[in-house]
Amino acid sequence: MLDWLKQPWPWYVAGPLIGLTVPLLLLLGNKSFGISSSLRHICAACMPSKIPFFQYDWKKEVWNLFFVSGILLGGIIAGQLLADPQPVKVSAELSTELAGYGITDYSSMVPKDIFSWETLFTARGIIMMIVGGFLVGFGTRYAGGCTSGHAIMGLSNLQLPSLIATCCFMAGGFITTWLILPWILQL
Amino acid sequence: MSSSINTANTSFVKQIPDTDSEIRSANAVITSKSSFDKPLASNIKYLPAGIFFGILLVKAEIISWFRIREMFKLESFHMYGVIGSAVAVGMLSVWLIKKFKARSVEGEAIQPEPKPMNKGVIYGGLIFGVGWAITGACPGPLFAQIGTGATVTIVTLLSAVAGTWVYGLIRNRLPH
Repeated sequence: MLDWLKQPWPWYVAGPLIGLTVPLLLLLGNKSFGISSSLRHICAACMPSKIPFFQYDWKKEVWNLFFVSGILLGGIIAGQLLADPQPVKVSAELSTELAGYGITDYSSMVPKDIFSWETLFTARGIIMMIVGGFLVGFGTRYAGGCTSGHAIMGLSNLQLPSLIATCCFMAGGFITTWLILPWILQL
Repeated sequence: MSSSINTANTSFVKQIPDTDSEIRSANAVITSKSSFDKPLASNIKYLPAGIFFGILLVKAEIISWFRIREMFKLESFHMYGVIGSAVAVGMLSVWLIKKFKARSVEGEAIQPEPKPMNKGVIYGGLIFGVGWAITGACPGPLFAQIGTGATVTIVTLLSAVAGTWVYGLIRNRLPH
C-alpha cells in the first residue's frame, strides 16, 4: 500500500480527488476554491501601504491562509513520508530537449539545474524565478483567479469569464513554451 | 459595486471597482458570519483540507516543472487528464449541491461566487500563462514545492506576492 502511495499517482486518481476539493470547501463553510487570493491577503496583512486594493479586513478571509498553510504542510508530508525514490520520469522528447540546455538532474520535480540557490542570480535564474514569480502574482490577481479559482472552481460553476480566463492561461503558456522559453533556457 | 474605501485615491485616475470575487468580504453582500465570530475554531478545519490538497499536488506531480512543460508541448496527457477530470467532478458536485440546495456544516446556504467579466480576465490570464510556463507552478504548487524541500521557491513565492502588490498599486491605470 505504502509503496503504491509513493509512486506518482495516475491522473484518473488524482484529478477526481482534486475535483472533490470544490465540494469539500463549499460544504465546510461555503468557501469558493481559489488559491491566488492568498497572495492578496498576505499583501493586505503585511504591507497594505495605504493602497486602496489592500484596505480590507483580511482577517475575515483568514480561512484561505489556513488552507495554503495546509498546502505547505501537505508538501512536507508528501516530501517526507510519501517521496518516490525514483528519478522523475519525463517523456523521451522532453529529456532530449532539456539535455540540450544542460538540464539533466531529475532528482526533484523542481529541476535543480534551473531552480536552486546557486542559480538564483544567474540570468536564467533571475528570469525564471524572480520574473516568472512576479508574472504569476500579477497575472492571477489581474485575472481575478488562477488555475484553482478560474479553471477548476469557475468552470465547475459554469462561469463564462472563467472559461475565457482558462483559455488565456493556456494561450499565454503555449506562446511562452514554444517561442520564449527556448531562448531563456539556453541562457 | 465600488468599495467606499477607494475614494481616498487621487481624483484624476478612474477608479476601477473591486470585483475580485475571491475576496468576499471586500465586495460581496454575502458574508459568512460564523468565520468572523470564532476565527480560530471556525477556520482551523481548512488546515487539514489544505494538507489533503497539498499531498495531491505533490503526488499527482502537478508541482513538477517537467509536467507543465510536457503539457504545453503536448508531450503528455497527464495534466489534461488531471485538470479535465477535476473539472468534471467539480461540475457534478456543484450541480448536485445546487439541485439539493445543500447547506454547509455551519448551516449556511451554499452560493458559489459568480466570476465577473472584465478585460483583466484576458490580459491577466495571458500574463499568468506566461508566468505559469516559466515557473512551472501556479500559486498552489508554489506552497507545496517549498514543503517538499525546494526552498528556493520561497523566492518565487515572494516575487508572486510582489507581483500582486504591484498590481494593487497600479490597477487603476490598467484596462479592466
